[in-house]
Amino acid sequence: MSNTGNANEESKKECLIISWKDLTCGALVRDLKRIKENKTGTWRSLKPIWNKEKCVNCYRCWMFCPDGAVIIENDRVVGINYDYCKGCGICAKECPKKVQAIIMEREEK
Amino acid sequence: MILAKTGNEAIAYAMKQINPDVVAAYPITPSTEIVQIFSSYVADGEVDTEFVPVESEHSAMSACIAAAASGARAMTATSAQGLALMHEMLFIASGLRLPIVLCVVNRALSAPLNIHCDHTDSLASRDSGWIQIFCEDAQEAYDTTICAIKIAEKSFLPVMVTIDGFIISHCMQRIEVLSDEEVKSFIGEYKPNYNLLDVENPITLGPACLPDSFFEHKRAQAEGMNQALRYIEEVFKEYKERFNRELFILEEYHTKDAEVGILCMGSTSGTAKIAVDNLRGKGYQVGLFKLRVFRPIAVSYLQRSLKNLKILGILERMEGLSAFGGPLFNEVRSVLYDEPERPIIISYVYGLGGREITPEEIEEVFLELLSLKNKKRENIEKFRYINVR
Amino acid sequence: MKSIQDLIKEKELFSSGHRACAGCGEVLAVRQVLLASKKPIVCAMPTGCLEIVSTIFPHTAWQVPMFHSAFENAAATISGMEAAYQALRRKGKIDKKIYFIAFAGDGGTHDIGFQALSGAIERRHSFLYVCTDNQAYMNTGVQRSSATPQFAHTTTSPKGEKLPGKLQPRKDIMEIIIAHEVPYAAQTTVAFFHDLAKKVEKAQSYEGPTFINILVPCPLGWGHLPSLTIEISRLAVETNFWPLYEYENGTYRLTYKPSQPKPIVDWLKLQGRFAHLFEEKNKHLLEEFQKYVDEKYQKLLKKCELSGK
Ligand code: SF4
Ligand code: SF4
Repeated sequence: MSNTGNANEESKKECLIISWKDLTCGALVRDLKRIKENKTGTWRSLKPIWNKEKCVNCYRCWMFCPDGAVIIENDRVVGINYDYCKGCGICAKECPKKVQAIIMEREEK
Repeated sequence: MILAKTGNEAIAYAMKQINPDVVAAYPITPSTEIVQIFSSYVADGEVDTEFVPVESEHSAMSACIAAAASGARAMTATSAQGLALMHEMLFIASGLRLPIVLCVVNRALSAPLNIHCDHTDSLASRDSGWIQIFCEDAQEAYDTTICAIKIAEKSFLPVMVTIDGFIISHCMQRIEVLSDEEVKSFIGEYKPNYNLLDVENPITLGPACLPDSFFEHKRAQAEGMNQALRYIEEVFKEYKERFNRELFILEEYHTKDAEVGILCMGSTSGTAKIAVDNLRGKGYQVGLFKLRVFRPIAVSYLQRSLKNLKILGILERMEGLSAFGGPLFNEVRSVLYDEPERPIIISYVYGLGGREITPEEIEEVFLELLSLKNKKRENIEKFRYINVR
Repeated sequence: MKSIQDLIKEKELFSSGHRACAGCGEVLAVRQVLLASKKPIVCAMPTGCLEIVSTIFPHTAWQVPMFHSAFENAAATISGMEAAYQALRRKGKIDKKIYFIAFAGDGGTHDIGFQALSGAIERRHSFLYVCTDNQAYMNTGVQRSSATPQFAHTTTSPKGEKLPGKLQPRKDIMEIIIAHEVPYAAQTTVAFFHDLAKKVEKAQSYEGPTFINILVPCPLGWGHLPSLTIEISRLAVETNFWPLYEYENGTYRLTYKPSQPKPIVDWLKLQGRFAHLFEEKNKHLLEEFQKYVDEKYQKLLKKCELSGK
């Protein structure tokens, strides 16, 4: 039973709500920013490495990233958001062959 | 104002005065007329309602849910198979705490197909988290429909108002109605809990809840139902104060000195009142309990009123197919379990698929109960039928 | 029309942190549609992958109002929302224009949600219905739907000793929607972002129901590398399996024409669900597949010609 007890303690720590009394009326989510807690970057086994020198800012990596993990600032690609990048490799595959500004590397664990 | 209206017309008229934002509905006998009459109000510009003539009852309830979640007051009506098709959505309406009002014209569920009255349709959805209020006649249906809006919006629970198919829905009665202004001021404005159309404050409604939060959501919803009776009391009280019309949670008829009682819901109460009168005329001390609010279970009312009886017959317009009676029998019986003194309780299934019930038949039930009241409860057959051949 | 320079400045309305598989075509389509869409938007979706990956309490990826209620009712739900909008607008409680978008997969569109969709279109509610078509029930573990192509292996149309995967060709949902005489319906896919963005904007310029059918590769269900999502999406078009076209006010128009169509095997060979077609005994099925694609494409060309486009 002590095992179960520990598991319960663990799950309590991670528990996202404290009591039913804290819930708003009806099942809904008001805090739209909280999704950022899900650091899906931990899923990655391959890591895209972006090379600023080679990038021609065609935005193909940005438009095809399912995770919105290609960072654009002032109309320029500036890097990859590793908090959320799942390492699918689409960006590297779709970056124009001529420049190949993104390559995939094995993720260091 | 006094009007001659059928049950369906009375409900449609109440809906006109409520002037809901959205009505999404699909025709089904015997509730069709409600929608039909309402759509003529729309066609004549007598209401501001957006009428959505959907392609199924499932979509009717889906659209009502979406409308209510979008800040609109939403209503619909259905019967039997239609309510069964809505079944999935009933749980979603209540789980999202949306104050939708649904008028159910009670009809038997197939198979075999039958378009006439019994209570199987509403009672089969008893666990869907909706308040359920049964009405005896057109007047009660009219008053209750108006009150239901307010009950729903106070408790943030959806409400079913029911009338007996054909017996009430299609029977012309004299009803007294309020003025449009009275209804409008009584129900007030709908103040939603949340609103999907509030694009400045976006929300996600209906997320998936894993085992770490689903239970808490259900517990919170249960609390809503736990509090609901209080809101029903408040609204009925206010209705009486303002319009001098009394609505009951559990209505009693000649029960003060009664040792023998019958409990039923819907139009049969009217028939049973005649039976009580007849027997009282002959000196029998019998009384009637008309249960109006089936969800939430009116525990305190039932306990207070029923515990001192010697014997109680429960007229159940549904075959529970449980080998132990229907829901009305089982729930009332369970409510009385903790009472040190409690009546013998006998289930009488009657009137399925519109089989008529007469005052004479109910008198016979009373007489049977009288003959059984001093017997040992364990020796009595508890599951009986009225007029099944 | 928004240019790419405009699009990169748009706020991301489908947030990172969602739990879709790496390389998911469906969430990419959603992200692209939301970037391209006019604003403000209110959305609905049925139960499915999209709902599960984007809205696990207390998280949501949606930065716009989103409502999920059940599986078969995305269109009925968007009808109810739009009806509320019409009513509240009439009463002066809402003053701005709101765009309604329903996102549903192929199961929620072609199969279980079909009745509600047909009804909502017939009633002429104003909304854009986006079908993110990944050609099977992915959320429950890759079961066949009526959108699954012929010969595809799924867990309920498995390849076996006797059967070569699904026996029937897929349902042509575009033609069915067009038969409802919608003002605008279009087909596109995630590899063609500009095409997709244009179609979203065009659809939203119409009052009434509009429809966009988006092919979205699913690495898990189709059995391909996550990095190939765009490549496979593109090849579907280059092989004429998934022509990019639109139907607007009664006329058909191809929005892209491959100069040199590729053989269908180029598309099939990248996907595990078609691997069995490359076994010796199934070679004839490849020919059959090619024939199906060619005939279907010719029919479409005819419609475009008849439309004079
Ligand atoms: S690897 Fe995939 S998830 Fe990561 S940035 Fe590239 S496209 Fe996005
Ligand atoms: S695809 Fe390659 S070249 Fe284009 S913006 Fe991305 S990194 Fe730069």
